[in-house]
Amino acid sequence: MDFMAVQTEILILILLLATLVMDLAIAKGASRRPVAYLTAAGLAAIFAHTCGLFHEGDSPVFCMGLFIADNYALFFKQLFLLGMIFTVLFSLDYAEKCLTCAGEFYSLLLSALLGMCVMASANDFLTAFIGLELMTVSFYILVGFRLSSADSGEAAVKYLVVGAGSTAVMLYGISLVYGTGGSLDFAVVCQNVHLFYAAGLAGTVLVIVGFFFKLSVIPFHMWAPDVYQGAPTPVTALLAMASKAAGLAVFMRVLFAAFPFLGEYWLPVVAGFSALSIIGGNLLAIRQTDLKRMLAYSSIAQAGYMMAGIAAANYPGVKAVMFYAMLYVFANVGAFAVLSVVDAERGGTSQRHVTGLSQAAPLLAAVMTISLLSMAGIPPTAGFAGKIYIFTAAVDRGHLWLAFIGFVMSMISVYYYLQVTKAMYRDLAPEEEALAAPLRVPPAAKAVALISAAATLAAGICPEGLAILTNLASRTFMQ
Amino acid sequence: MFDFALTHAWLIPLLPALAFLIIGLGTRQDKDTSAKIAITMSALSFLLALGVAGAVITRPVVMADPFVMKTLWAKVGDIELFMGVLVDPLTAMMLFVVTTVALLVQIYSVGYMAHDPGAGRFFAFLSLFASSMLGLVLSVNFMQMYAFWELVGLCSYLLIGFYYYKDSAREAAKKAFITTRIGDFGMLLGILLVQLTFGTLDFLELKALLPTYIWETGGGILTVIALLLFIGPIGKSGQFPLHVWLPDAMEGPTPVSALIHAATMVVAGVYLVGRAYFLFSALPVVLEVIAWVGGFTAIFAATIAITQRPFKRILAYSTISQLGYMMLALGVGSLTASMFHLMTHAFFKALLFLCAGAVIEAMHEEADIFKMGGLKERMPVTFRCMTIGVLAIAGVPPLAGFFSKDAILAAAAEVSTPLYILATVTAFLTAFYMARLLFVAFFGEVKPDCPAQETNAWMRWPLVVLAALSVVSGVWGHFAGFGEWVFHGPITEEHISWQIAGTSVALTLLAFFLAYEIYVAKRWSSYEISRRLGVLYTLSYNKYYIDEIYTVIRNTFVDKFGAVLYWFDLHIVDGIVNGLARFTGGLSGVLGLAENGQVQRYVTVFYCGAIALVAYSLVFAWLVLSVLGGAF
Repeated sequence: MDFMAVQTEILILILLLATLVMDLAIAKGASRRPVAYLTAAGLAAIFAHTCGLFHEGDSPVFCMGLFIADNYALFFKQLFLLGMIFTVLFSLDYAEKCLTCAGEFYSLLLSALLGMCVMASANDFLTAFIGLELMTVSFYILVGFRLSSADSGEAAVKYLVVGAGSTAVMLYGISLVYGTGGSLDFAVVCQNVHLFYAAGLAGTVLVIVGFFFKLSVIPFHMWAPDVYQGAPTPVTALLAMASKAAGLAVFMRVLFAAFPFLGEYWLPVVAGFSALSIIGGNLLAIRQTDLKRMLAYSSIAQAGYMMAGIAAANYPGVKAVMFYAMLYVFANVGAFAVLSVVDAERGGTSQRHVTGLSQAAPLLAAVMTISLLSMAGIPPTAGFAGKIYIFTAAVDRGHLWLAFIGFVMSMISVYYYLQVTKAMYRDLAPEEEALAAPLRVPPAAKAVALISAAATLAAGICPEGLAILTNLASRTFMQ
Repeated sequence: MFDFALTHAWLIPLLPALAFLIIGLGTRQDKDTSAKIAITMSALSFLLALGVAGAVITRPVVMADPFVMKTLWAKVGDIELFMGVLVDPLTAMMLFVVTTVALLVQIYSVGYMAHDPGAGRFFAFLSLFASSMLGLVLSVNFMQMYAFWELVGLCSYLLIGFYYYKDSAREAAKKAFITTRIGDFGMLLGILLVQLTFGTLDFLELKALLPTYIWETGGGILTVIALLLFIGPIGKSGQFPLHVWLPDAMEGPTPVSALIHAATMVVAGVYLVGRAYFLFSALPVVLEVIAWVGGFTAIFAATIAITQRPFKRILAYSTISQLGYMMLALGVGSLTASMFHLMTHAFFKALLFLCAGAVIEAMHEEADIFKMGGLKERMPVTFRCMTIGVLAIAGVPPLAGFFSKDAILAAAAEVSTPLYILATVTAFLTAFYMARLLFVAFFGEVKPDCPAQETNAWMRWPLVVLAALSVVSGVWGHFAGFGEWVFHGPITEEHISWQIAGTSVALTLLAFFLAYEIYVAKRWSSYEISRRLGVLYTLSYNKYYIDEIYTVIRNTFVDKFGAVLYWFDLHIVDGIVNGLARFTGGLSGVLGLAENGQVQRYVTVFYCGAIALVAYSLVFAWLVLSVLGGAF
């Protein structure tokens, strides 16, 4: 029992309890800002602490290898922590204004984070499932957290219904794998030839379907637009980046640690659904006018790009996916930081609401543009470097067709991303002059927006810095 | 010191280019500073050109053994492209001529453009123009020459269209650019063929390869190459039938006309033939074509010039005619005569144009010579300079034109009598229309409302310098042995054939006499003469309707063809692009229909997907088992 392996999770749990207690200690009706500050500060401290945990050689394991804290897991944990810190910071005002139980909001964020971290380290189907459920259940509540909004409640119910179905499917898959593989431990399962029987293969594919749901891969995506649109904006941001990255982390580990010898079997599935998501996500995004909904479809397409990296099934592919997941965090933080300010100030997130943003808040408009360009993969933003890495890996693997689809659909995606830029920067009609009035931007949101834009540009101009980190993380994992 | 100039010859085009950059990027708004920068750079490159000339004479650098410096510029596959400088007496002469004229024109422009708000831009373009021409002159290979050739074309476009707010200027600029582009295209084909045939574009390498090549394979493909190459000079040097842009080019400011007509644009074509003369001179058929194109252009343009009324247009046709002379000289095998005439012509034609500029400015943009008159009292300096220019171009001894024209006539007489007669008649016509220009504009009564005044010093002194050069350059060239430096093949003996010279001088004087009788003494009415000539006069006055014929051809072929292409572009190309966009948008709409907001639908789709995947795994399992059945 090496408790050092679970130190990050323990620290997060302590922070969670601390926020709960603090929320109780603050008088009813008073501002919950101190809770937010505590959360952000605690998370920052934990992030700093994890920086020292990268290591060479054997990784610490917990509870007979159910849980492993290798560099790969650490990389993703840092990614979740970053995403969470930024989200807490840019949603300070949003939470004050739009949410009724702001204190519990932060506790729930932390429990979702705890679930994600468990997922990243899971080395066993049971651990993975527990982490997944911890995260998902937290999100069910968070999505419906905006009690004043009917959309929010509707989104929560939809998420719950489809999510429950997905959980059932996944659990059934795990039971089939356990039945044929004789264990829940990835390392044991992978060596069992009985997986090649129909029951084992069916179990494998049902587990994969469960992850496809988390990644919102077409056709398991239909909940995503409604949920993204209805959820409070910071929660949408987390769904898009952190929840997706967590699913990705455990998905890759399952594929490469538990089912590596079934590659012949799942590679076409992953590649095919990757293509489907890239095409469908981008096409569906074209018609959207609500930015959160548009970003939902965009995130479906992004999941497709990342799956193209997984389909490469090699070391550069994994590295590219990790790189992409990280830059996607920065792009999302930028976009959602802007959106949450707009949502709080103007009461919505449609194209109408961002019109004239270039005059009302030039900084936000610029950050939004940079973030969207990164998602579209335009140099010199990080998205360009990320797509290059992914497509190169895919082409090396022989998936030229997949890279081609990716290129074509990236071009199409520029259309809907730039529609937003156009709305922000176009000249205002005389009757719209009110939109040019300066917007009040909270300093924390401003700082987060600036940092994310700077990171997006830095990782785009000099991708090597981030690439070294992903190298380190993926090398230990892929051995 | 001369060696310094020679090894730094690459600075000669670079300095004006630098001026272009500095003015264009920085001081464009400030015309005094811009003028200073442009003139300083031109003066420096003029001094360097003098140094190069000095080095050529003292070292000596001869035609057979030029001085070459080059550097790798680009590598495309196995083809290496070089940029560099090639200096031989021909280059040195051209450098001297171009830098002299460019410098004087720039000084003149300070006065001419004094009140134009765009003067900064003007000096930037002038510098680039000079730079391009100098780069062209120094070229070591066809590639470099083509690059600068196009730059020259671009600059002429920019400068002819300098008054871009005038319709006529825009049209003239386009006409110049497009017409010369037609020639350039032929030339490009020729250059590509050279690369294909010889695997190199370097002048010296080609020169060394050529005799063996002709000896081994004959001249078939070479003739094609040379004719294609010659299309470039036809366009650039205003030879028939691509001469139409040159008269319109006077839409630019007058200093630009001087530069185009004398030193930069039009002589590029003649220079190209001269530079590649080792190729042309090896092909008698091509030489004959060149000679006849040149000879025809010379007399054709001269017959137009005698009836024109605008000052600059007369000079423009005279330029075409003189360029025809130079081509004729090249065609009859005398590089020396052609280049000699190029040099003297550069001086007196620059002089004539700058005089024209002075006169037209003094007349407040009135260009018709018949509305002038009696200017010799009003503008004495300009009048004297103009007289020198006219005498020089008409070939009156001992002025510059006499020697160079005589060399051409002598060379033509040796080869072909018809060409000689053609050239002599042209000489007569030239003297006549130049005398007509001088007499009508400067003699006779001063018109009552004539505003003419002598010009300012900035404009006057360049005239005087050019006039001096027009007087001495011929004598100097003749006695200093121009032909011993610039030649091809055996050196031609420098002597004056008294028979030929006597004939041409007699004809010139006769032409002066006739012009005097008609336009000054009014013994014969010019109106009556034109009426008697009837159709001939109309043809000449309307420039043989060449422009109109081109318009008809363009309207019927180019525009109709363009209409077809436009339809194709609009409906097929745009149709495909727009169709793709509409298809994408439509697909998006159709796919969006699935998203109906009902969670029942979502779950159904979800389970359908899951079931499909399970079905896939069952099929896969069955396949695996049937293939690997024995393994389990």
